[in-house]
Amino acid sequence: MILEFNSAREILLVRIKGEMDMATAGQIRQSIDNRLQQEKIRYLLLDLSGVTFIDSSGIGVILGRYRNLNRTGGKAAIIKPQVVVKRVLETAGLQKLIPICDNEGECLRLLTGANH
Amino acid sequence: MTLHNRMKLEFLGLPENVSFSRVVVATFASQLGFTLDDLEEIKVATSEAVSNAIIHGYQNQPGGVIRLESCLGNDWLEIKIEDDGVGIANIEQAMQPAYTTCSERMGLGFSFMQSFMDEVKVESAVNRGTRIILRKLVKVNNAHSMTEH
Ligand SMILES: Nc1ncnc2c1ncn2[C@@H]1O[C@H](COP(=O)(O)OP(=O)(O)OP(=O)(O)O)[C@@H](O)[C@H]1O
Ligand SMILES: [Mg+2]
Repeated sequence: MILEFNSAREILLVRIKGEMDMATAGQIRQSIDNRLQQEKIRYLLLDLSGVTFIDSSGIGVILGRYRNLNRTGGKAAIIKPQVVVKRVLETAGLQKLIPICDNEGECLRLLTGANH
Repeated sequence: MTLHNRMKLEFLGLPENVSFSRVVVATFASQLGFTLDDLEEIKVATSEAVSNAIIHGYQNQPGGVIRLESCLGNDWLEIKIEDDGVGIANIEQAMQPAYTTCSERMGLGFSFMQSFMDEVKVESAVNRGTRIILRKLVKVNNAHSMTEH
């Protein structure tokens, strides 16, 4: 599992590659929470295009970060999940809480309401 | 319900074995006419049952043994996942969507097993352990396309 971070202004983009399950959930949670604490982030973008598997442990990490952000007025979005991953996310009803977008621009427009 | 193939696996309840066990089960299941989508669903359901055995059954303590057995029939797959952990006092409640005894979790595991498999059975005794039985049928269309071509 590989994590890549990119932040600008109040936006944190996290690119996750590999599998999101109970073996990797702890590390993903920790790394993202560290970044969210260090910087003033309002918009969390999770690029899942490199994620090949997700189960309830992985979804728990995403929902947990979403809830924490939500408490401080922040927002989250998911970018380009692979078909198999998207099906699991939708079975959990995640798209009702966190928008799933095709690219970063679409995500930012949706979250900030601006034309990036 | 003729049995065509069977395999048994015993492993320690460690996080790194969750990925290992779901890949083994999906590879075994691929002997039948399951679609790639079906195999992904089988992976998620296996992952949920094995993760639950480690997280809840053995409370994340290393050393617990998980037994997994899988059978293949003509058009069906059965997976049994067993732990000797704390057990479940109220199975009906545990299987309710969004029910969890762990504040960090979402209670999605049993819902996924039920969405992705055709049958989910839970047998459990407090302080003895839990056995999850999952069954999935090969859909008629796939079974036909295997024999007709
Ligand atoms: N093998 C097991 N041994 C003991 N208790 C279990 C076992 N499997 C499930 N449970 C109990 O059933 C509850 C519901 O399980 P389920 O998988 O649906 O949700 P979860 O594991 O709590 O959350 P998630 O699966 O979303 O991470 C668990 O919180 C736990 O109390
Ligand atoms: Mg679970």
